[in-house]
Amino acid sequence: MTPENAVLLCIVVPFASALLVVVAGALPDLRETMTLISAGILFYLVAGIYPVVAAGGNPTVTPIEMLPGLGVTFTVEPLGMLFAGIASFLWFVTSIYSIGYMRGHHEQNQTRFYAYFAIAIGSAVGVAFSGNLLTLFIFYETLTLSTFPLVAHHGSEEAKRAGRVYLGLLLGTSIAFLLFAIIWTWVIAESLDFVAGGLLAGKIHGPMVGVLLALYAFGIGKAALMPFHRWLPAAMVAPTPVSALLHAVAVVKAGVFAVVKVVVYVFGVDSLAREASAGWLLYVAAFTIVVASVIALRSDNLKQRLAYSTVSQLSYVVIAVAILAPISVIGATLHIAAHAFAKITLFFAAGSILVASHKTLVSELDGIGRRMPWTMGAFFIGALSMVGLPPTAGFVSKWYILQGAFQADQMAAVAVIVLSTLLNAGYFLPIVYAAFFREERRSKPARKRSKTGVNDGAHPPLIEHGEAPPTVVASVVLTAAATVVFFLYPDIALGLARQVAGVSP
Amino acid sequence: MEFPGLINYWIVVVLMMTGFYIVIAHNNLVKKIVGLNIFQVSMFTFYITMAKVKGGTAPILAEGIAQYSNPLPHVLILTAIVVGVATTALGLALVVRIRDAYGTVEDDEIEAQENDR
Amino acid sequence: MTAAQIPALQVVVALLAAPVCLILRRPRVAWLIALVATWASLVMALILLFSVLKVGPISYLLGDWEAPWGIEYRIDMVSAFLLVIVTTIGSLVIPYAQASVEAEVPAARVYLFYCMYLLNLAGLLGIVITGDVFNLFVFLEISSLSSYVLISLGKDRRALIAAYRYLVMGTIGATFYVIGVGLTYMMTGSLNMVDLATLMPAVIDTRTIHVALAFLTVGLSLKLALFPLHVWLPNAYTYAPSAVSAFIAATGTKVAVYALLRIVFTVFGEVDVLSFPGVQEVLLTLAAAAMIGASATAIYQENVKRVLAYSSLAQIGYMVVGIGMESATGLAGSIVHLFNHALMKGGLFMVLGCVFLRLGSVEIADMHGLAKRMPLTMAAFVAGGLSLIGVPLSVGFISKWYLVQGALEKGWWAAVAVILASSILAIVYIWRIVEVAYFRPRPEGAPAVSEAPASLLVPTWMMIGACYYFGIDATRTLDVAVGAAETLLGGLR
Repeated sequence: MTPENAVLLCIVVPFASALLVVVAGALPDLRETMTLISAGILFYLVAGIYPVVAAGGNPTVTPIEMLPGLGVTFTVEPLGMLFAGIASFLWFVTSIYSIGYMRGHHEQNQTRFYAYFAIAIGSAVGVAFSGNLLTLFIFYETLTLSTFPLVAHHGSEEAKRAGRVYLGLLLGTSIAFLLFAIIWTWVIAESLDFVAGGLLAGKIHGPMVGVLLALYAFGIGKAALMPFHRWLPAAMVAPTPVSALLHAVAVVKAGVFAVVKVVVYVFGVDSLAREASAGWLLYVAAFTIVVASVIALRSDNLKQRLAYSTVSQLSYVVIAVAILAPISVIGATLHIAAHAFAKITLFFAAGSILVASHKTLVSELDGIGRRMPWTMGAFFIGALSMVGLPPTAGFVSKWYILQGAFQADQMAAVAVIVLSTLLNAGYFLPIVYAAFFREERRSKPARKRSKTGVNDGAHPPLIEHGEAPPTVVASVVLTAAATVVFFLYPDIALGLARQVAGVSP
Repeated sequence: MEFPGLINYWIVVVLMMTGFYIVIAHNNLVKKIVGLNIFQVSMFTFYITMAKVKGGTAPILAEGIAQYSNPLPHVLILTAIVVGVATTALGLALVVRIRDAYGTVEDDEIEAQENDR
Repeated sequence: MTAAQIPALQVVVALLAAPVCLILRRPRVAWLIALVATWASLVMALILLFSVLKVGPISYLLGDWEAPWGIEYRIDMVSAFLLVIVTTIGSLVIPYAQASVEAEVPAARVYLFYCMYLLNLAGLLGIVITGDVFNLFVFLEISSLSSYVLISLGKDRRALIAAYRYLVMGTIGATFYVIGVGLTYMMTGSLNMVDLATLMPAVIDTRTIHVALAFLTVGLSLKLALFPLHVWLPNAYTYAPSAVSAFIAATGTKVAVYALLRIVFTVFGEVDVLSFPGVQEVLLTLAAAAMIGASATAIYQENVKRVLAYSSLAQIGYMVVGIGMESATGLAGSIVHLFNHALMKGGLFMVLGCVFLRLGSVEIADMHGLAKRMPLTMAAFVAGGLSLIGVPLSVGFISKWYLVQGALEKGWWAAVAVILASSILAIVYIWRIVEVAYFRPRPEGAPAVSEAPASLLVPTWMMIGACYYFGIDATRTLDVAVGAAETLLGGLR
């Protein structure tokens, strides 16, 4: 099979899978098998393309010409390769996780869930393999639309409201800013292809660069730069597998992936470095990192805390790219991967806790480590990665980001990263400590005979529970292990990242 | 320019504005149609006036006549008159149906009935 | 020999089929005649389009009288494109109309409905195909008068008032147009569009011609419902029978825009009308007001047909913006939007016809939870709505792309902002309906409804499917649109 055909198949398989899921909907086991097989096939295909890209090849294919002179083009380059690899691998893992979670939690409308999930993954792969801005935009919008039913899955008033914020912010920013930026680029450059060294290099100067960059940065709402970040915490009403894969991996990664692609392949790192008007991006990212970390610190809801942590971590990628030095670009690329594994571990753990004990608040988690050692152990590893300590993936990416910041003499960036490391430690490590070293809260007998009989959140009644269902635990352990493996064997990701930064290996 | 020579055009303007005013100002639906007719008549007058050639006779071929008025606008006006007749007929038919449905042909009363719904 | 007569047949077939319907009186037979006539017209329009693409403009002399004394039918790329648009919409609406009209129009009047529809079709095709400005007036009135009748056939008694108001305003508009034609004739002595183009530069600086241009533009603006002359449109679209709303919303205003294009770029093509002081500014301000004002008003409407009517007003603003840009890209964007919007709006009104058939109402309040009972219908609504918003892969995206590109090429940042802002407003008014249909539970005691019948669903989905087909591969429509734009602008050289 030629690499080009493999690329096209990678796009087709998830969408075909959605159809198969709908057809097999009445038979849950068959349906789940369809999902798993499709995920497996996708990963296999993506892995097959890797050697070509690692050797420097860029398989390109243009199946459709949409506008005269502008087609839907797929080109695989190292950054996209990395993103697609992560997305496809984690689809497989998340599918295993979802099976346990959705059944354990007795969720409704599971067929709809799996179908839209497949479409969302297909869109993410489309974003990863996009060869020009038009293709990127098409799959970016498809991603927004296909994840909406997943966010609003529960159909409750809260889910509807969250869905509205989600859709409104993402569609609004993409139409008002991103589309504007893309058409503007088309008018200036007469092409929308991603070009090594920058499509717009030499074609645009002065304050216009800053304006165009702003349109891109805020238009790519999925990168959650403040003030357009509210959709992320709002999306936490979704079932945990959705939050895990989509809002820790696919959707948010599509966002920062697009930002990196735009900076590296549309503007060009070197030409942007020469423009004074582009400097603001670093400060916006820095602001987002710090403010989001502070909000995370003050959130009691576990998923909310993880959401704001994600907002903060995404801006790590943006700040790394905004430093505009090759080493920091390597860091940015690595962080896309590192954060994906770590965050998905944390979300899996949160979901695991929810399924097993119905707890959602951080303050309820005292002593839970003893009942759910595997889950909390994995949580610990994920937390370490967030903080950036060895032996986890977060350490590798943070190392490169800091190195890049030092080299480029961006002390503000260094300060922000150090500060947020401390904040990260402040809102993650206490959870682990409380889980393993504090006594579990037991509700007082009087409360059991309370008038309404309803338990309030602060002192939940003691439920005897153990670990979550086996598939759930297996997935969370697997992703935690991957986080450590990434630290021990970073070569694949590092090789790709170096290619992106244009640094010879 | 000389006023007497342009009197036709002044008549056109007066008729046009009169017709227009009637359409806007009157409430009665039939009167509006009348206004519309007057408005259209002004347009006919305009065309016919411009057809007249100085010293020309009616545009019917005859021996010994060299100068004719322009027949084309007359043709156009015949067409326009037919259109006007069709429009008036349709408008009045609609008024009859409106009367059946609302019991009145006064615009303000119809508005009132609709707003009370 | 027949092939050479196709330009005339294009109009004549529909025109002659109308009295046949009248005579034969039986509803099913009338429908069949309308179907055959429309499909035949589609075939002829496609033949004409392909001929024009290959050979260039086609000229047909009525009665073999030489232009400019006789009436000439002139088909260039713009006309051919519009012919295809009108006949395509008709071809999809007529199969749909069979069940829809039977439900909404009293049985005794169904044959009259089809008779009027055929006259409307003939009138629209005539406007597009003719090369004579007065002939355009005649066909304009034919199509308008028949559309007044079609609208008045709606179930609600407010359809009568809507038709009456439309009649009054439309007649004023047509009369303005004909006054403009008269003034032009007075100065140039010709009624043939191409001939007028050559004669115009000599007389362009006279007050008469300036006044003529004003009358022509205002008259046509009334017909195409440009803000602030749009007052007749919301009621007319809302209270007309569903099939009529679908057909008229998709064709009526588009043909009026075509007429405006002809006047501005063909008749006045040798002089740059848009460079007259104030003309461009006024046009763009009105277009912007339409885009934002109408979209904002649409958000507050309770009747879904009314939402779509106000949405149409906004979309007309888009088309006028493209005209105002007077560049190849902007004009191509306008022209392709004629096609794209016809598909979108036609499809959406057809969806509403399906809803009306089952539910008896198109009020938002009655549509709670409808998606569970009519999934295919509401899915079509979502798909059409996404196209209105301008999601990529749909035709709405293509139009927006070209219009924004045109604006950026001219450096008109405000225009870009207005175009994108009205897209975002579209998200709000479409989403309101989608949310009610999908996220609210069906109220207790609501009538039990089933999915719409296949005879309605199939044409609806074909229309909506076309929205995406021509959105994914827009090269064909864009080639024609860009060619048409260049033809129109070529007159300026």
